[in-house]
Amino acid sequence: MSVAAFTSLLFAASVLAGFLGALTGLGGGVVIVPVLALVFKVDIRYAIGASLVSVIATSSGAAVAYVREGLSNIKIGMFLEVATTLGAILGAYLTAKVSSHWIAIVFGAVLLFSAASSLRRRSGLVPAAAKRANALAKRLELSGTYPGRNGKEPYTAQRVPLGFGIMFGAGTLSGLLGIGSGAVKVLAMDQAMGLPFKVSTTTSNFMIGVTAAASAGIYLSRGYIDPTIAMPVMLGVLGGSLMGTQILLKARVATLKSLFALVIVALGCEMIYSGITGRI
Amino acid sequence: MARPTDQELDVAIAGMLRLGVSLAAFVVLVGGTLLLRHPWSPIPDYTHFQAGGPGLRTLRGIVHGAVRMEATSIIQLGLVVLIATPVARVVYCVVGFARQRDRLFVAVSCMVLAVLIYGLTKGR
Repeated sequence: MSVAAFTSLLFAASVLAGFLGALTGLGGGVVIVPVLALVFKVDIRYAIGASLVSVIATSSGAAVAYVREGLSNIKIGMFLEVATTLGAILGAYLTAKVSSHWIAIVFGAVLLFSAASSLRRRSGLVPAAAKRANALAKRLELSGTYPGRNGKEPYTAQRVPLGFGIMFGAGTLSGLLGIGSGAVKVLAMDQAMGLPFKVSTTTSNFMIGVTAAASAGIYLSRGYIDPTIAMPVMLGVLGGSLMGTQILLKARVATLKSLFALVIVALGCEMIYSGITGRI
Repeated sequence: MARPTDQELDVAIAGMLRLGVSLAAFVVLVGGTLLLRHPWSPIPDYTHFQAGGPGLRTLRGIVHGAVRMEATSIIQLGLVVLIATPVARVVYCVVGFARQRDRLFVAVSCMVLAVLIYGLTKGR
């Protein structure tokens, strides 16, 4: 294939992946890696390298909108980034030790989990446990207020060690698979630490860039980041996700979201199958 | 020097992130345009991973290539700017927390920065 054909096809696929990733809230990485590996038959290490780069771009690009709304909590984010960056370095080391079959299988499992979590219904209520004071959260000032229905509503982080532990796992997955692993980060904050859902998603997005940067240097020096692949992927995913965010602000996309979740499930099954049969 | 509020810090950080991403996207686009000057040259075999030369894997090699206006090196340079953007954000937080006299979070941010620097320099 010629450079022109390869990069334009890849660009088109990346715009779609970024668009889908923004609408489902899963990020472009979870879509572009399977597309590169399954459709373009690119080695999975090139795929995760290009994906990681696009993840940094979309995370940093989207942060502007969220931070203006005063939703993301920089202190909670920074504290948990200690866990995610350490995990990301472990994950990046593991990519050299683990066979690409296993990377594909783990990737498929994460896709299935992410699809399920994107469909889970949100109660929007802070769990009852949130009223209890948490000594560690107090010491670290892991609290804040967010614009709720009745004006500014206060919140405090619960079960900080559990959240920190899950974040380490999220970082490891991010470094191993070249994705933002936003679904796991939201799980840690929303479910484990009892933070409001909107604070969890926006803080998660805020953390993704720093987490990815921790493994990006290792990816670059190993040669996982190939310019001919990364160029159309980064520009395409960034453009697609900006479009997706615009549409998300204007339209109700519940049906579209369920439809896309099915696409993600299909990709997840295909990744696991390809990993087991050794085609990846 | 006035102590910045959390909200002021947030807005400054968001602006910096956008600047970094825009700059990175621009440099990558310039490299991509140069790459497509030879649109019909074939792509290498990507079905099996093989690490390229140091020209695209080390900062020194990338800068050398970019100075010679090599398309792939310029793309990599844009990606290095992109990777540096979140790192700059953490540096900015260290400074911001220091101005807020928040010693605890200066320490937390420094820890994150140390892990990032380890990953960027010692990683292989």
